[in-house]
Amino acid sequence: MRSVLYVVAFLAVIALGFWAYRENYATQAALREVRGLQAEIADLREALSVQRAEWAYLNRPDRLRELTTLNFDRLGLLPMEPGQFVAADQVAYPVPEIPAITGPVQVQGEIDAAAGAAASPVAVPDAPEEGL
Amino acid sequence: MRTPLRPLTRILLARQRGESPDLIERENLAQRHEALREKTQGRASSRLALLAVAFGCAYLTIGVRMGHLAASVPVEPVASAPGAEIVAQRADIVDREGRILATNMTTHALYAHPKDMVDPKGTAAKLAEIFPDLDAAALERRFTDGRSFVWVRKVLSPEQMQLVHEIGDPGLLFGPREMRLYPNGSLAAHVLGGYSFGAEGVHSAEVIGTAGVEKAMDARLRDPAQAGAPLQLSIDLSVQATVEEVLAAGIGMMNAKGGAAILMNVQTGEIVAMASAPTFDPNDRPSPLIDKDAEAGDSPLFNRAVQGVYELGSTFKIFAVAQAMELGLVNPDTMVDANAPMIWGKHKIKEFEGKNYGPLLSVTDVIAKSSNVGTAHIALMIGPLRQQAFLKSMGFFEPTALELIEAPGAKPLIPKRWPEIVTITTAYGHGMSASPMHLAAAYAAIANGGIYLKPTLLKREGAAKGVRVLSEDVAAEARKMLRRVVTDGTASFAEVEGYEVAGKTGTADKPKKSGGYYKDKVINTFAAMFPASAPRYVLIVTLDEPINTMISPVRRTAGWTSVPVAAEMIRRVAPLLGLRPKVEPVAGTTLTAAEN
Repeated sequence: MRSVLYVVAFLAVIALGFWAYRENYATQAALREVRGLQAEIADLREALSVQRAEWAYLNRPDRLRELTTLNFDRLGLLPMEPGQFVAADQVAYPVPEIPAITGPVQVQGEIDAAAGAAASPVAVPDAPEEGL
Repeated sequence: MRTPLRPLTRILLARQRGESPDLIERENLAQRHEALREKTQGRASSRLALLAVAFGCAYLTIGVRMGHLAASVPVEPVASAPGAEIVAQRADIVDREGRILATNMTTHALYAHPKDMVDPKGTAAKLAEIFPDLDAAALERRFTDGRSFVWVRKVLSPEQMQLVHEIGDPGLLFGPREMRLYPNGSLAAHVLGGYSFGAEGVHSAEVIGTAGVEKAMDARLRDPAQAGAPLQLSIDLSVQATVEEVLAAGIGMMNAKGGAAILMNVQTGEIVAMASAPTFDPNDRPSPLIDKDAEAGDSPLFNRAVQGVYELGSTFKIFAVAQAMELGLVNPDTMVDANAPMIWGKHKIKEFEGKNYGPLLSVTDVIAKSSNVGTAHIALMIGPLRQQAFLKSMGFFEPTALELIEAPGAKPLIPKRWPEIVTITTAYGHGMSASPMHLAAAYAAIANGGIYLKPTLLKREGAAKGVRVLSEDVAAEARKMLRRVVTDGTASFAEVEGYEVAGKTGTADKPKKSGGYYKDKVINTFAAMFPASAPRYVLIVTLDEPINTMISPVRRTAGWTSVPVAAEMIRRVAPLLGLRPKVEPVAGTTLTAAEN
């Protein structure tokens, strides 16, 4: 019985040693990866700040002003003026588009006097899709 | 097998022989003790040996570790927990909409180890070719006089760095550098200030602010705990750009030496735009003037809006009138003595161009016509003590608390004694000097219904707290008078359709350094608020030595110089600020004035 216990304990020690060895290397690999990622994040942050600075530089008012002057014939941009504000009821709304009549319905015809009188006092022309 | 102490056979034999059986017992006892002792000794010595081995191992381990530490290269321990890194960058500065005004960029500094240099002479010549401001001979001397370290350039552009790489001398080395970048160039230069390097090392350098917000807020900008959060100013980039553009154009048209403009939100005290011309590029900040005789105002670094302490002229008249109304001494229709010239002791107080608006003038007309004599009489009613107390409450006796390093230095010039003649001259803006920023804050108090707010350059969250200096009714009356100045007074050019501009002109002669005043040099100020019925913004425009030569004879008064510039500024800026012009409904149409 005791020898079995010894063997089991010995195997357990071996197994734990192997596990600890593997964990050690896995941790070191993870730390290396974290360091790499942090370096990458720092690089990307730097690139981001450079791009932000570049964006601000390209959008500086001086340059935009020059560009609108250069491209005036295409864009026609002018500084905003008080006259561009108007009351909402002074805005010309687009005229609603009336669709073209493509499928005229024939409403002219003979009214069956007897049937019309039976259905209703007013003569109603038959609609082609009545009941829908 | 345990031996009995008294084995029966031996005892019987001994008894037969007549010997004592006790001897046998003792002998056996002694034998047993001996065996026991040997066993114990053996166990103890083996334990000692084990202990010795354990100690030996421990000493060996420590020894090996010590040897390893002594022989290996030291490495700094690294915190492996994520998120523990410190952002050691200077915080960005952004405008009220979050657009970047100042940011950081990584570049390189160039230094040299002359002892590692292969060809110091050739290298110096090539460096001088790349950087025209370096002197080849001086550089060569520094490379060859035996020193082992030389700074060459603090900041390099990537192109310059490539060119230096191409020289290929092993003695030339690069160190990383964080530099400050102002992407908008000269925009808001006087607000931002500038930067320089503090303590410098090969691997990094301290970036420190040298002027403006950069220096005043240096601790906040360098605080590592807040490095991620940019500093948000109250400045609006597009409004600032427009104000600077119009101011520069106005200075050109009016042949002025310089000028300043301040746009202030009257409800919050925030400065939305602040410009001073001539201006500079904070990326390449010019050095301050060395010439002793030069006026401070000649340097582009001089911030006229804050540092320019001038006599502000007739713009002060509204304060005397407002105070007199607050004290119940006059109302807008009270007739006051305005018979010019007024003789006070040995002084003679005249009107502009020797006119006479008298004998009597209503208080409203005193402001509309800008009568010096009328204002003088009102000021005499108030008296020196009350006048001083009121101007003090309007912030005219202290430097402004603006977040600029220049602000605390710009102290208003207050006469030491305050006799009645000073009361009279101060009432129409002579004798004491203050900056346009002081004027903006005081006009904002009239505009917002009588509450004095400290002007600020930082974006304000929530409502601003101020001190009440005037009652609402008096402030409203004062605004009506200022509106009259524009509709039928000295500032008729300020009328901008839809924005009900109200304001007051001020023309002050420039003082000579030697004492007295120049005859033909003036500082023209226009202090405006819009829209007059419920003001949102105060605009101050100051021009230094302007002359309007577009008409004949040439004009030097504010009404012909600062006022048209201010009007153009309001026309351009108000739509950007989202102010809708008020369109008076045209009579005879069926249009309803929709307030939506």
